[in-house]
Amino acid sequence: MYAGIDIGSRTIGMVAMSAGQIKQFRLEDTGFEPTDTAQKILDGTYSRIVATGYGRHSAKAEFADDIITEIKAHALGAAWIFPGVRTVLDIGGQDTKVISLNEHGAVIDFLMNDRCSAGTGKFLEIMSTALGYNSVSEFGQEALTGEGTIKISNMCTVFAESEAVTLLHRGAPKKDIALALHASVVERTVGMLQRAGFKTPLVFTGGVAKNRCINSLLATKLGVDVLVPEEPQLVGALGAALAAAKDGFTA
Amino acid sequence: MSNHYNEMWRSLGLNLKAHDQLLQALPPTYHDVYLTQTNRPQSMEYFDFVVNEIHGLRIQELQEHKKKGGKVIGAFCVFVPEEIVRAAGGICIGLCSGLEMGTAEAEQVLPRSICPLIKSFMGFKLAKVCPYFESCDLVVGETTCDGKKKAFEILNDYVPVHVMETPQMKKGRDKQLWLEEVQDFAGLVQETTGIEITRESLAKAIQEVNGKRQALRRLSNLRKNDPAPISGKDSLLIEQIAMYDDVARFTAKVNELCDELEQKISAGEGAFPPKTPRVIVTGTPMAIPNWKVPHIIETSGAVIVAEEMCTGMRYFENEVAEAGSLDSMLENIAARYLGINCAVFTPNTGRLENLENLVKEYHAGGVIHCTLSFCDPYAVEANRVEKMMKQKGIPFLKIETGYDQEDAGQLKTRVEAFIEMLR
Ligand code: SF4
Ligand code: SF4
Repeated sequence: MYAGIDIGSRTIGMVAMSAGQIKQFRLEDTGFEPTDTAQKILDGTYSRIVATGYGRHSAKAEFADDIITEIKAHALGAAWIFPGVRTVLDIGGQDTKVISLNEHGAVIDFLMNDRCSAGTGKFLEIMSTALGYNSVSEFGQEALTGEGTIKISNMCTVFAESEAVTLLHRGAPKKDIALALHASVVERTVGMLQRAGFKTPLVFTGGVAKNRCINSLLATKLGVDVLVPEEPQLVGALGAALAAAKDGFTA
Repeated sequence: MSNHYNEMWRSLGLNLKAHDQLLQALPPTYHDVYLTQTNRPQSMEYFDFVVNEIHGLRIQELQEHKKKGGKVIGAFCVFVPEEIVRAAGGICIGLCSGLEMGTAEAEQVLPRSICPLIKSFMGFKLAKVCPYFESCDLVVGETTCDGKKKAFEILNDYVPVHVMETPQMKKGRDKQLWLEEVQDFAGLVQETTGIEITRESLAKAIQEVNGKRQALRRLSNLRKNDPAPISGKDSLLIEQIAMYDDVARFTAKVNELCDELEQKISAGEGAFPPKTPRVIVTGTPMAIPNWKVPHIIETSGAVIVAEEMCTGMRYFENEVAEAGSLDSMLENIAARYLGINCAVFTPNTGRLENLENLVKEYHAGGVIHCTLSFCDPYAVEANRVEKMMKQKGIPFLKIETGYDQEDAGQLKTRVEAFIEMLR
């Protein structure tokens, strides 16, 4: 059995494969000791472990046989689920990536957002709390029912937050603000996709891919289908597992 | 560096406390970036020594030169002709500015959002931590980019700055302007040193500096081999040291290193395993001790085979043609320097053509474009480079970063992913 582990800033995903089939998968909160959590999740016997995500280097120092970047992992994973994919959009807790693949599934280019949380999962989390929602999924759900009457003009997390709170105090409907905040994430994301000259099929991965409001706004704005895997948060781990299974693979 | 230099530093007027902090920061970084490399050429020992003595022995040499009435002239740009300074008996040194230092002081006179190189040289001067700066009798600036151009007005409050007008284009009248600037510079340098430039002294200076450039080119050519005989980090270090070390000694040491590398090459040995992905870095200069991006690249599984930068090929690419008369020597100097492909020129197509050739000659798999934050000339020109690279199907990565280490993690991911693409 081969294992892939994706040690992200918010969650750790694990996928184990054998004979080209997924045998196990798990998803846990990262917690304070990412490497320990990762090792706990990996409770089987594996002939090879490949790590990815921001914790990959520590994993390599401790237990992993090899590492690949999140970029390669997401590309491999997405191409396995959706063969022929040409663009992968990954929005995680702290960053956004756009990965371009050629017709053979190889990465040919990628973009990452700069060192700031605007437009990432963290942004949505902060806004959800600021508006008093119990969870990000409730926030996304509500936003779907909002009306597009408001526009948030600040991209910066700190300013956008105070803008949203001000709107709330002025009596703007909460769900409209929620929608506007989602729309601002989508706008930023669309900008990135366009800069990358994205092609279809387009696959959306990472925690934010579970947000239905983001999904539908994205599809409308781009005018294309946005393919979301069943477990968008495990695509990186899947890619790492595929890399582990690949014969003669070295990184 | 031991305390027996304390007296010298004090006499230079350095802020000893701040200077101590600077000196303490350097060795651990140097250790991590340089001394942990494997398969380093033996001859790097000299360059390690020079770095170790960066504020010691070399400063002592400059002081001895000054005691004998010699002058030291500092520069921030590879457009300042070293030949002229040498011909008038002076020593020309590049002032480094590759480290975040004296930021608080610098921000009292400069905007916060400005290129870190500019902020750094202002900080070094205002915080009084650079013994090179404090050894300078004259500092030479240029009108290359707007940030530097205007910063020199401020710097002039603290040290005499002569500003050379570098043109923006390379037409006939620009050549004429630049020639006049070079001639004026020759006049000013002679006034400063009190030594007349003669046909003989200029011819000799041209030969010496050409010799330095030849040695660096020899080194560069050896890096075309696979396996690469020397790391990009070590090469960059040598290119950085070229700007302030004694010319004759430096040239000899680079040639010694090349002898060693030639033997390594014929024995099939290298600093990296054969078939290691090869990249070229291009963009803004990486002043010593800015090794940030090269370190990330070479610890992520690739080797840098050339630097298309001013701390790199642009410094040693062309030579000054020798000539009979003083006038034609000055003309040749002006012509050689105006051949530098800096992004402050428009258009700067020479840089693009050069890059394309380098990729072929150095068997590079990709190009990494590094721009210092807030450097408009290079950040904007990156688009020209990217467009050309896309047309030619050459993998390309664009990085914009400063001297801080905040973004190191993200940069590492981007660089690693780029190198994965090259495999
Ligand atoms: S990049 Fe341009 S301005 Fe800077 S040192 Fe080089 S030639 Fe001078
Ligand atoms: S790096 Fe750019 S902005 Fe900074 S001094 Fe050089 S040309 Fe000017």
